[in-house]
Amino acid sequence: MVITVYGPGCARCHETERVVRNVLAELQSDADLQKVSDYQAMAAAGVLATPAVAIDGVIKLSGRIPKPDEVKAWLA
Amino acid sequence: MPVMAKPRWLWMAVGGLAGAAVWTLAYRNLAGVARWVTYGLAGLEPGSRLSSAVEFFLYEAPKVLLLLVLVVFGVGIIRSFFTPERTRRALAGRRESVGNVLAALLGTVTPFCSCSAVPLFIGFVTAGVPLGVTFSFLISAPMVNEVALVLLFGLLGWKVAALYLATGLAIAIAAGWVIGRLGLERHVEPWVFEVRAGAGADGDAPLSLDDRIRAGTDAVADIVGKVWPWVLGGIAVGAGIHGYVPEHFLAGIMGRGAWWSVPLAVAMGIPMYSNAAGIVPVVQALIGKGAALGTVLAFMMAVIALSLPELVILRKVLRLPLIAVFVGVVGTGILVVGYLFNAVL
Repeated sequence: MVITVYGPGCARCHETERVVRNVLAELQSDADLQKVSDYQAMAAAGVLATPAVAIDGVIKLSGRIPKPDEVKAWLA
Repeated sequence: MPVMAKPRWLWMAVGGLAGAAVWTLAYRNLAGVARWVTYGLAGLEPGSRLSSAVEFFLYEAPKVLLLLVLVVFGVGIIRSFFTPERTRRALAGRRESVGNVLAALLGTVTPFCSCSAVPLFIGFVTAGVPLGVTFSFLISAPMVNEVALVLLFGLLGWKVAALYLATGLAIAIAAGWVIGRLGLERHVEPWVFEVRAGAGADGDAPLSLDDRIRAGTDAVADIVGKVWPWVLGGIAVGAGIHGYVPEHFLAGIMGRGAWWSVPLAVAMGIPMYSNAAGIVPVVQALIGKGAALGTVLAFMMAVIALSLPELVILRKVLRLPLIAVFVGVVGTGILVVGYLFNAVL
């Protein structure tokens, strides 16, 4: 499983990455966490608002920081 | 347990009513409490500069914060009905004029952060939203925002707030239309048009009432949590000006007689980066000392609508001539509004 966090490096994007990382550690998941800060790649993925999170290429959330429970639900 | 079995909506209704009652009670008693703390508890002498500044702060700061909580909560719920994806669908292929109006209106209610300006720009343009229509959205979204409206309403009254809303929308519509007419597509970085933009999140998962209320409380935690130091700082500076700067002190340099003060205010405001929460209380205090309303509103619009950090971000997708036109057209719009306010009020 690949989790992608899209964000140009704003505070909310770092916070999003932290939330996802903590959930991965908590669940001892071996999912692959990727960070994308390139605008071209973001646009190609269809991201309109950052931070955004995609699981295996499917955008699950954009424009806000996810709650840990949301991340757990995506991984389940 | 019978208590737990009661429907959730009942608890939500009771909670909502209790919250509304507490809010109303607090809001209505602010002036009395501020007076009591200033003159009773702190024992300051009525009529002195210090007591006037302290009373001003103790009344205005909680008032504005209460208004902010209420409005940001409401706007948070409204915003849960709008997403950038839906707004893009509404604007794609739209003709100019109608598109500019729609984009400016949607800009006020679609969740937006200037840090997402670039992906949003690419997503809009590649989906067939005309350049000028995209700009109407990008101008309106930061300029016409609930924090600015609440502060203007709370500190300067509903007329100024309404004028701000109307003229802010007018600038976004007109400036976007002008940029569209100028045919500046060649000054967009060429790679933007080569991006094969993905469909993105469908954003169509239906939200429950619970989700929307949570969106409201999240907005309060996020926005009020972020702007409260600005509000307090701004009102503290405002209180200082209120108590210590003599009346009519600014009439000569920032009054309506000084025609050059409007362009100067705009030129000073463009590179500055602040939010409405910090700037409105200062604006209000300046008006109290003889500064003309149009001059200070133009300053405020320039500060929140155009900022150096956002321009630097937009440079990734726009070439300098287009950025210059963007700043020039929006700046001119703000200038016109400043002179208009000064002339009619």
